Amino acid sequence: MTKPAIPGADAIALSLHIPEPTARPGDVADFSHLRLDAAGTTRRPDISADEADMRELPYGLVRVLDDNGEALGPWNPQLAPEVLRKGLRAMVQTRLFEDRLFRAHRQGKTSFFMKSTGEEAIGVAQSLALAPDDMCFPTYRVQGWLIARGYPIVDMINQIYSNARDPLKGRQLPILYSARDYGFYSLSGNVGSRFGHAVGWAMASAYKGGHRIALGYIGEGTTAEGDFHEALTFAAVYRAPVVLVVTNNQWAISSFSGIAGAESTTFAAKAIGYGLPGLRVDGNDFLAVWAATLWAAERARTNRGATLIEFVTYRASGHSTSDDPTKYRPADEAAHWPLGDPIERLKQHLILIGEWTEERHAQMEAELSEILRDAQREAEAVGTLGTSKPDVAEMFEGVFKQPDWRVIEQRGELGIQS
Amino acid sequence: MNMIQALNSALDTMLTRDPDVLVFGQDVGYFGGVFRVTDKLQQRHGLERCFDAPISEGGIIATAIGMGAYGLRPVAEIQFADYILPAFDQLVSEAARLRYRSNAEFWAPITVRSPYGGGIFGGQTHSQSPEAIFAHITGLKTVIPSTPYDAKGLLIAAIEDDDPVIFLEPKRLYNGPFDGRHDQAVASWAGHPSAEVPEGHYTVPLGKAAVVRAGNEATILAYGTMVHVARAGIEDSGVDAELIDLRSIVPLDIDTIVASVKKTGRCVILHEASRFGGFGGELSALVQERCFYHLEAPIERVAGWDTPYPHAFEWDYFPGPARVAAALRRVMADVTVMDL
Repeated sequence: MTKPAIPGADAIALSLHIPEPTARPGDVADFSHLRLDAAGTTRRPDISADEADMRELPYGLVRVLDDNGEALGPWNPQLAPEVLRKGLRAMVQTRLFEDRLFRAHRQGKTSFFMKSTGEEAIGVAQSLALAPDDMCFPTYRVQGWLIARGYPIVDMINQIYSNARDPLKGRQLPILYSARDYGFYSLSGNVGSRFGHAVGWAMASAYKGGHRIALGYIGEGTTAEGDFHEALTFAAVYRAPVVLVVTNNQWAISSFSGIAGAESTTFAAKAIGYGLPGLRVDGNDFLAVWAATLWAAERARTNRGATLIEFVTYRASGHSTSDDPTKYRPADEAAHWPLGDPIERLKQHLILIGEWTEERHAQMEAELSEILRDAQREAEAVGTLGTSKPDVAEMFEGVFKQPDWRVIEQRGELGIQS
Repeated sequence: MNMIQALNSALDTMLTRDPDVLVFGQDVGYFGGVFRVTDKLQQRHGLERCFDAPISEGGIIATAIGMGAYGLRPVAEIQFADYILPAFDQLVSEAARLRYRSNAEFWAPITVRSPYGGGIFGGQTHSQSPEAIFAHITGLKTVIPSTPYDAKGLLIAAIEDDDPVIFLEPKRLYNGPFDGRHDQAVASWAGHPSAEVPEGHYTVPLGKAAVVRAGNEATILAYGTMVHVARAGIEDSGVDAELIDLRSIVPLDIDTIVASVKKTGRCVILHEASRFGGFGGELSALVQERCFYHLEAPIERVAGWDTPYPHAFEWDYFPGPARVAAALRRVMADVTVMDL
């Protein structure tokens, strides 16, 4: 007589998988796991193509600039040299601005700061590629959007210093800008929470029969939030005219992209489950960012609905001024990033096509540094954190459109007259 | 009209009046909502004005905020207030603060309708009263009607308000008033004075309480279903109590509350939500701070027990007239140093 088989009794012991990055401090940086197609090799479907006919795109990589700076293939947006120079200038200005304000933080002039070093092409190219009245629902690292559109640098610094001329009246953490006239929605510290607002805003534009579209940003780590999936569901269901962007900069503070699911698939491929087109794009390639944005925007503007774009990039700096990335990744990992530096790559391209020189570049950097220095001096003449602040009465404004008795009484307790 | 019809009339009125108003939520479109509050609105106003949403409370509120930031006045339905928690971050971190943090560059003129409260054997997930958690969030308004007339006027006022409003509908009152006497025949709004609901546009202002019964011996503060329970409790107690229907807890009509308690010298606070940390605690503190020298007795709170809402014990949990009457008698009793 044989015993009945117990299902699983002879199975191997189960084990838990905890993703780990390919390199930790002291190791040699290793990005060999990334699939990086050569520039110019990814096909560009017509914007009228069905999503079902482009499902390889989320696993490919849209690249235009090759390692020599040559623009190749069907995604080349054929931009005029003056547009390229404008983009280069805004990227350089963003980097210089951030270096300067990072130092200001170290000098105790503000409480907090975040840099977008290595990711400047995304905010800048998208800012210039979209229409002035489109609306961007930003993440932390797209201040290049504002700089590319000419937002006053001194106002950005005033916001970072929370001084008497802070356009947000001392109510927001530094770098959480709001600039409606520049198509820049108010930032919140809760990551991902604006992704769905972009969809709702785009739906409203469609409801009103307008022509404006929305751009929503989320970080690759934040794709694990419900906000991401909710927004994609709504965008797909209602065919919202929105471009939804995942900036995959490889790191969510100290957690590498594998913790958010990158070992199993690409972030762009998450679009497939929602029936949306997904593009995986070289985020350090100004031309590729521009081309992908324009392609998705044209789909949105012609009632073809939303597109999910993953920009593959690298956060070269720490998460914020409170972070030391050498504690969790090789100190020189950024130097090994296989997609290079967005500023260097666009500069190289412009030089290659005879529209730029190292001398002009150095001259531009000097000019921008002077502009930034003047703006910083102007802001510091108003004051830095702790040496200047808006009127404390501002603390009680804007809680509701009209203050209720609580606000009126409490500001009275602080000695503020109504 | 019953309360469902009054709410439907408010939405119909606003959809007709303002092209920037639209209504969406789970099952609100073709079907007209599980409680029929949005009945026929899609047929009358079109798919784009009243439509179904995915089962995604967070997505519904995020979408509404984005629409509001564009310039629309969306009315979003969360099918039961118990299910509002997945949308809590959007309400607290986004809707409530958008105007403040952006220095009024953006704001969220959204109305979030949601049936709340017990008395329908809904168990733990269809019976809760979450108003206190919203009242604590700076930047949200929380409105709770108790009659069909108020329901329509307050909902129109909420939709026209430029701040985000949580509009909690006492579902036990949808079809008729309910005084907590669950063992008696179900009442109807027919013939009730507050069921005389005008057609067309009118508002009941947010932040203005109603004195629904004048009295001299004690003040009862209540809202939603509890307004009707309070009335029954007053009858049972024989105490000449003044009954105040707060109508909205944010904004709160502090002046009406203080004037009444100063007149009566006694205060009973009644709500359906659990007592500990409930909105009654805030009301009690406010009355104590402002009326201490007029108080003849300690403030009493009558509320749901501090348990999850139990299915089989609904009527044991639900604050009924007997508990209200007992509280009224306690505040009327002579208080001596020995008693304390």
